Amino acid sequence: MMAVAEKSVEQDEVGKPTARRNYTANDIMMFGAIVLFGILGPILFPNYTFQIAVLWLMVLFAQTWDVMGGQMGYNSLGNIFFFGAGMYICTVTQIGLFTDVGAYTSSTDQGNFNFTPDQYYIGVAVGLVFAAIGSALLAVALGWIVFGLRGPYFAIGTLGIALAAGELIGAWEWVGGGGGIPIPVYPGSGDGKSFFYYVLCFASAIATFLFLKWLYSTRFGLAINAIRDDEEKAEAMGVHTLRHKTVAWAISAFFLGIAGGLFGNMTGFIEPLEVAFPTITFGIFMVAMALLGGKGTIWGPVLGAIVFHIVKEATWTYFLGWQWIALGVIIIINIVFFQQGIVGWLQEKYPHWFGIEVEGASK
Amino acid sequence: MLDNLNLLALAPVLNIQILLDGIFIGAIFALAAYGLALVWGVMNVKNLAQGEFVIMGGYIAWYVGTLGIHPLFGLPISIVVMFAFGWVTYKLIIARVVEKDMFISLLATFGMAIVIQQALNLAFGPEIQIADSGLPTHSFKALGGSFTVAEIKFYSFLICCFLAAAVIAFMKKSRMGQAIRATAQDARAAKVMGIDTEQVFAFTYALNAAICGAAGVMISMIWVIQPFYGITHSIRSFVIVTAAGFGNLPGVITAAFGLGIAEQYGGFILGAELQQATVVGMLLFVLMWRQLQMRRHRQAVQ
Amino acid sequence: MTNLIEVRSVSKAFGGVIANKDISIDVPEGQITGLIGPNGSGKTTLFNSIVGYHPIDEGSIKFKGEEISTYRVPQIARLGMLRTFQQTRIYGAMNCIENMLISVPHRNATFSDMFKPYPAEMYDRAEELLEFVGLYQKRKLHSGDLSFGQQKLLEFAMALMNQPEVLLLDEPTAGINPTLINGLIDRLKRANTDFGITMFVIEHNMRVIMNLADSIYCLAHGELLASGAPEEVQNNQSVIDAYLGAH
Repeated sequence: MMAVAEKSVEQDEVGKPTARRNYTANDIMMFGAIVLFGILGPILFPNYTFQIAVLWLMVLFAQTWDVMGGQMGYNSLGNIFFFGAGMYICTVTQIGLFTDVGAYTSSTDQGNFNFTPDQYYIGVAVGLVFAAIGSALLAVALGWIVFGLRGPYFAIGTLGIALAAGELIGAWEWVGGGGGIPIPVYPGSGDGKSFFYYVLCFASAIATFLFLKWLYSTRFGLAINAIRDDEEKAEAMGVHTLRHKTVAWAISAFFLGIAGGLFGNMTGFIEPLEVAFPTITFGIFMVAMALLGGKGTIWGPVLGAIVFHIVKEATWTYFLGWQWIALGVIIIINIVFFQQGIVGWLQEKYPHWFGIEVEGASK
Repeated sequence: MLDNLNLLALAPVLNIQILLDGIFIGAIFALAAYGLALVWGVMNVKNLAQGEFVIMGGYIAWYVGTLGIHPLFGLPISIVVMFAFGWVTYKLIIARVVEKDMFISLLATFGMAIVIQQALNLAFGPEIQIADSGLPTHSFKALGGSFTVAEIKFYSFLICCFLAAAVIAFMKKSRMGQAIRATAQDARAAKVMGIDTEQVFAFTYALNAAICGAAGVMISMIWVIQPFYGITHSIRSFVIVTAAGFGNLPGVITAAFGLGIAEQYGGFILGAELQQATVVGMLLFVLMWRQLQMRRHRQAVQ
Repeated sequence: MTNLIEVRSVSKAFGGVIANKDISIDVPEGQITGLIGPNGSGKTTLFNSIVGYHPIDEGSIKFKGEEISTYRVPQIARLGMLRTFQQTRIYGAMNCIENMLISVPHRNATFSDMFKPYPAEMYDRAEELLEFVGLYQKRKLHSGDLSFGQQKLLEFAMALMNQPEVLLLDEPTAGINPTLINGLIDRLKRANTDFGITMFVIEHNMRVIMNLADSIYCLAHGELLASGAPEEVQNNQSVIDAYLGAH
């Protein structure tokens, strides 16, 4: 019968056609290349360990933004809020487990407190866990405020949350106010610290990738795509849209919280407007990277983050003084001329690479 | 904070001061908000660079002041320069994203905002600037105390009224104004009727930039400018338009005055460093209020 | 004969425009009920009211005896009442199989169900239903690339996938090539007899609705004009006048 002849190549052993491609040869190759780079990077370029660690955080940024913006169609301009929230939660936990936070943040010599190596590592571990969970819970709470908004209102509303956080934290003396908080010092050499956080950043990026890859292969992936394509239709078909939206945001927040905790420790000093809630730098980079790579695709954000990071480092080197303007112009050019992004462009040119069937295309 | 609240009760004349200052600055907010509503209504572009246009206008006035000329002369210069700037940015950037999905145009204007902020920072430095009008401040007695009115604030208010009247007359009487209103109602129908919608879009965007530029001149004289203060102005315009709705001019004026007054109270009660937080707070408040409103009709805010 | 949907004295106005006035309708279980009327008579508004798209001003709407006029759209959909749209709505960026899979019933979806993969039975069902509407060949294509008529069939298949008890169809044959309409009528009838789905259908095509419906309601100017068996309504003078605009 027709059915037998028509079944395509992407069948698994049971004989059902896969709606979502899972692990293909291309995917495994790319993943292997990324892991290889991740392992070799700091070995071959030890002086750039910090920059490559930041690269992995950028990969995480792009991926978490893409869950909301690319896959679900909720373009948030304020996801950086969870980055900052995670940063502060982690720092406060690291300090608060062992000493008085208020005293630490208000004195110039950190209340004369020195952290033992054990205290440091326990602090970081517990801090990251709290940062992740705390950020996720904040997402659930804030969902009530923003999920009745669509399109530009959602974008500006989330931007407002991120801006508000920067202002309010800046006025909260217990967490150091506008002056910020110096992070507990790493008990070890500078190289040791670089390596320690490099591993954590790399692991976080990989964990985010693997988690999202799995997530998109479940019903959740299809549901958030349906919300993106036509939310009213999804509601009319009985999909629990609010549930999915909240969970998607909580997942983004979870990983962003970890990234915040890590970055805070890496920079050594956290401060609300420039470090924790930088809406016009990291905040917008998240969006630009996902767009550059191709939003709504699994590899798009990863590739976009890598290319963007390289471009950014290049503009810092060659356009010093003008670097922000150069970067801004590049972002605009990307938005105006290349919205489909790298992967989007590839999907149009070579749809069969992605298992997309086009009618009339030769097999 | 409570001390400040007490103060308001103990010295009621302070309320007059705050109300007046709120109205004076609110008038300027109303202008910028009107421009945002115009661009949004006509071409469905949510211009997140609105505040940056205002700040640019402010720097023009300030720069004119540094040349020894009175910054008020910056007003016509700002209007012309910003109109041209708006036209050019429309042709280069906005024209290409007008037809695309809404987030892309929002993002494009946000990208523009960032470039402008950084360019202003590079050109003029991060210090807060004021364009000195050199005009005196007058003191008035009332309610057992005294309040002050800076003359420039009063003139700024008059200029805002004049500009608003001019723009409204333009929209009603001129051919381009009518073309703009037709395009806002139905762009495709306007095109079929022979209106050059591209021209209309470019003009609207340029007009908005000019309005913002004028607002900026006043801001620089009665308040302050700084390269990174633009985003707050964009948010103010957005708050006002969201609260008032489209095509509701009296609503825009009321909301703008309301925002100006609320901000002044916020700054007084909570302290100057939280004044920006008041604006963002108003944004979140207005968005939540709209959601509650729409929920009764089982709609989302879109 | 139980009534699956009971609409009693429902009124809905938008600003000054009264779209529905004091409408009372019964949709009996297991049957196909028709809703006709000239353009602007308030048919789609009535559908929107029933499925919870907007709140009603007055009246009551009951589904299987339960008052649903205060429920929201997803709730009502999960109770087993679905609607299709006049301007066909599907998920344009996904392929047809994916459109089908997302349309499985969400009635008893628990939190953990969100993270499970779709089992083979659902893929099979999706393919069977696509076969039923004649879209099996196109199942891997982007649904956004299908023709209008094919999208309408996909929307219908998606509705069937959701295993509804009652399906509100808003002009199912509008824009369909006349030669294909018979096939569609046939499928609608089979969905009713084989799958036991009650239907409430808005239609402009008289031939279709006379063929399809067991009973018909006619609206004009927001009010109920006539109701009864198809032949009665068809020959009702006020119905004829309403369509010819004779007043």
